[in-house]
Amino acid sequence: MSDSTPVISCKNVWKLFGPNPKQYLADMAPGRSFDEIRADGYIAGVKDVSVEVGRGEMLVIMGLSGSGKSTLVRCFSRLHDITGGTIEVDGQDIGELDENGLIEMRRNKMGMVFQSFGLLPHRTVLDNVAFPLEMRGQDRHDRRERALEVIKLVGLEGREEYFPRELSGGQQQRVGIARSLAIEPDIWFLDEPFSALDPLIRREMQDEFLRLQEMLGKTIVFITHDFDEALRLADRIAIMKDGAVEQCDTPDQIVLNPQTPYVEKFTEEIEKSRVVHARVLANPVNGTAPEGEPVRAGHTILQLARQLVNDAREELPVANKKGELIGVMNRQEALDVLLGKDT
Amino acid sequence: MADIATKIDTDTPGLPPMRIVQLMVGLALVLTLARPVLPDFLVRLPESWIPPLADWLDYFFNVIVIETLRINELTRWFAEGPLDFMLGFTANLLEGKHRWPFVGPLPWSCVAAVAAVIGYYLGGWRFALLGGGTFVWTAMVGQWKIAMQTLSVLAVAAPLAFFIGLLMGIAAWKWNWFDRAVKPFLAILQTIPFFTYLLPAVIFFKVGPTAGAIATTIYAIPPMVLMTALGLKKVSPEIVEAGKMSGSTRWQMLTKVYIPSARTEILVGVNQVIMLCLAMVVLTAFIGMPGLGGKLLAMMNSFKLGRSFEIGVTIVLVAVMLDRFSKAWVVKLPEHHERGTSWFVRHKYLVAAVVGFVAFLLIAQFVEILDKVGRRQSLSMGKEMDALIKGFLAIDAVQAITGWMRYFLNVWVLIPFRNALLYIPTPAFILLVVSFAYWLGGKRPAIFAATFFTIVAFSGWWDRSVITLYSVISAVILSMFIGIPLGIFASRSEKWSTRILLLCDTAQTFPSFIYLLPAIMLFGVSDVTVVLSIVIFTTVPLTRYTIEGLRNVPGEMTEAADMSGATKRQKLLSVQLPLALPTMAVGFNQAIMFAFFMVIIAAFIGTQDLGQELQRTLAGTDLGKNFVLGMNVALMALTFDLTIMNWAQKRKKALGLS
Repeated sequence: MSDSTPVISCKNVWKLFGPNPKQYLADMAPGRSFDEIRADGYIAGVKDVSVEVGRGEMLVIMGLSGSGKSTLVRCFSRLHDITGGTIEVDGQDIGELDENGLIEMRRNKMGMVFQSFGLLPHRTVLDNVAFPLEMRGQDRHDRRERALEVIKLVGLEGREEYFPRELSGGQQQRVGIARSLAIEPDIWFLDEPFSALDPLIRREMQDEFLRLQEMLGKTIVFITHDFDEALRLADRIAIMKDGAVEQCDTPDQIVLNPQTPYVEKFTEEIEKSRVVHARVLANPVNGTAPEGEPVRAGHTILQLARQLVNDAREELPVANKKGELIGVMNRQEALDVLLGKDT
Repeated sequence: MADIATKIDTDTPGLPPMRIVQLMVGLALVLTLARPVLPDFLVRLPESWIPPLADWLDYFFNVIVIETLRINELTRWFAEGPLDFMLGFTANLLEGKHRWPFVGPLPWSCVAAVAAVIGYYLGGWRFALLGGGTFVWTAMVGQWKIAMQTLSVLAVAAPLAFFIGLLMGIAAWKWNWFDRAVKPFLAILQTIPFFTYLLPAVIFFKVGPTAGAIATTIYAIPPMVLMTALGLKKVSPEIVEAGKMSGSTRWQMLTKVYIPSARTEILVGVNQVIMLCLAMVVLTAFIGMPGLGGKLLAMMNSFKLGRSFEIGVTIVLVAVMLDRFSKAWVVKLPEHHERGTSWFVRHKYLVAAVVGFVAFLLIAQFVEILDKVGRRQSLSMGKEMDALIKGFLAIDAVQAITGWMRYFLNVWVLIPFRNALLYIPTPAFILLVVSFAYWLGGKRPAIFAATFFTIVAFSGWWDRSVITLYSVISAVILSMFIGIPLGIFASRSEKWSTRILLLCDTAQTFPSFIYLLPAIMLFGVSDVTVVLSIVIFTTVPLTRYTIEGLRNVPGEMTEAADMSGATKRQKLLSVQLPLALPTMAVGFNQAIMFAFFMVIIAAFIGTQDLGQELQRTLAGTDLGKNFVLGMNVALMALTFDLTIMNWAQKRKKALGLS
């Protein structure tokens, strides 16, 4: 398995809720809309979704409540059995796994964090974090050691013997995160992990999360209904509505080129210059190399605002971290992103 | 259920429901008035029409169940084998019966010490005092042996009921078909009079402790099943998913995720199991089981009021202790210890219990009074108290009041009412009940009422059923006059609400048998005593639900009434009571169920109703008759239950309260 094979690959996945979904899907005329399906007595939780998640990538699934984002992620871990299509994890069709195979996969490959934490109320922090290890039969000493390690990682040292009810929401979610990391999963599912928290704590937890991700480099599927959160964290964002993916792209592309009216409505209120990076606006160099100091590819247009306003050059060279030239950016184009187009 | 009824109300063309009710009541009145000229078969069903249900049932039991299927060999094996062994074990430890492991009886001081430590663990000094005090009292008044006889059966029946209930609850949660199959069965089990459990228990499981334990166990199972299923269903989906994502197998899911997460409901079930077991184990006196109940029955029969009172106090103390302890256990959450705390500190309560136990065990070897309190040493004041109570009752003023009340209730209320009910021809009576069910509950309860009461009519025990009903109705109406005003009064202030609710809570833990005591003390043995003991028993739920209904009226609504310038009275009549009525109806329903329960127990005072006949069957092997009688009680109770609960549900929906 090379690095380029996607970790999760799902093709034409359907999840219908209703009395006899398999039969209904087989007989259904193609192209039926969400509302038509509902009129037939079925709810399309996931509607013909094809998405891939690459190794080490963070895919954020964004959508309002009822858009099917939680359902989709539960299909990835087979908490829901899908009605149609295939989902492969590391090249293995998970629909074909038997109960033991499924349990093995979850014990070794996957971790999940839940919106309301899903902690076991009768277990201490330590025992909650060690729970997945206990399930796979690791011995007491080992799992204690590993659990303490993860607890330290999420900054809950000294609270090992507390019960969930004795912790604040933010701390409880740290326990949830620690538990999901205990088995060192390759794939990390986070279902609106910060939605139940206060705005200030949420911000703090996002930073914490980014720090962890930098350290661990997991493949992540992150669910949120908060567009800002999505823009802040994502490598790629999949925007869902009525069970279907409206657009799946990098944050830059989503704000620059929204593909459907629905996505456009989300991006309207967003300060684009905070999201768009110089790298995205860089065009290939043709012929002459532009002169002068290059701008950094990884900077957002907002970070470059002062320079863009003051610099007189028509075209600005864009360089990556190592200082290699990757293209040129049209200053007017960049200013348009910063200030909005002249109309 | 409710929407079926409401739909039918609108669907019926032509006749509005009120008109149907009027028609039925009218017809019933005409039939009643015309009784002197009615043909005999319309007044009472002729004997020849009555199917020999009891004989068929007897045949079923004797020939099919016992002779052909030989179920009784299996049950006897269980009774004589494992059950007898377990009962012998607890009986040896607690009361010193000569059975394996031949170590008992434990000194009473050991038991009291352990109870005190458990109490301290669960609720601090007050609970320690309650736990220790209960056993000290029991030993001191010289009732240790009988109390231990009762507890040794309880110690077997309660865990048995717990395990069976837990397993059935898991099955009901896991398989829908099982849930559906078992629900109506549980509903019937909860309305069947206790005497109906007893006889089959005797026939299939020998006389004495074994039968008592079995009847007690069966009686206590239903709430455990319901609570377990409820708790498992309520486990949050995220916790379930977290368990699955941790790679739990099905067995791990059940034992490590579901059951611990449903802890609260399961422990509430445990509380109910213990309380029902205690209530029942006391009643097993009627099949000759020795213990607190048996002694109480004997003392009451010989009118030794002082001793009866002392036994009553013991039973109440044990009940309150068991209830408080098990309820405290529900809310008791594990406490964490900092890392590195030593084993002894972590398990300090266990250590204290063991130390207390061993210490008293050793001391009791030398100090005899801590081992056994002999007859001479006991502080029982039975005789003195007897004299006191009898002296009090002999005071002219007291006698005048009780005598007048007995006269008034008997001559002006109870007997006329009973005679009136008995005068009504059977079909008219059924019509009245059906119209009541239709008026309150709608079509479905009406159909049930018609079916159930027709079955009762054909069972051949009509008059006795009517007398049973008469006691129930008159007692519930009387207790309404006490319970509802008391509830209204109490609900006015926070302070009184909590006080009265606490009182009701405590009173509800008393085994029903206890409620006979004050009634007998005051009124001796008469019809009034029966009704009054039911009244005392049923006032409790009525008061309780009145308070809860009134207290739970949304604050905005009473504030809106205040701002509209309503007087206290106006607010009560037009805002609070209408909104509280559905909740009060639940209390009313419970009162009726309690009344049906009590009226059967009261049989031993000497009634002429179904209970009396039921009690007679206990002496023989009339299983068929016993079942028919029990069924009658259950059918009548179910009619009221269905009707009132249907109404309460409909009403709550209409008010947007549910």
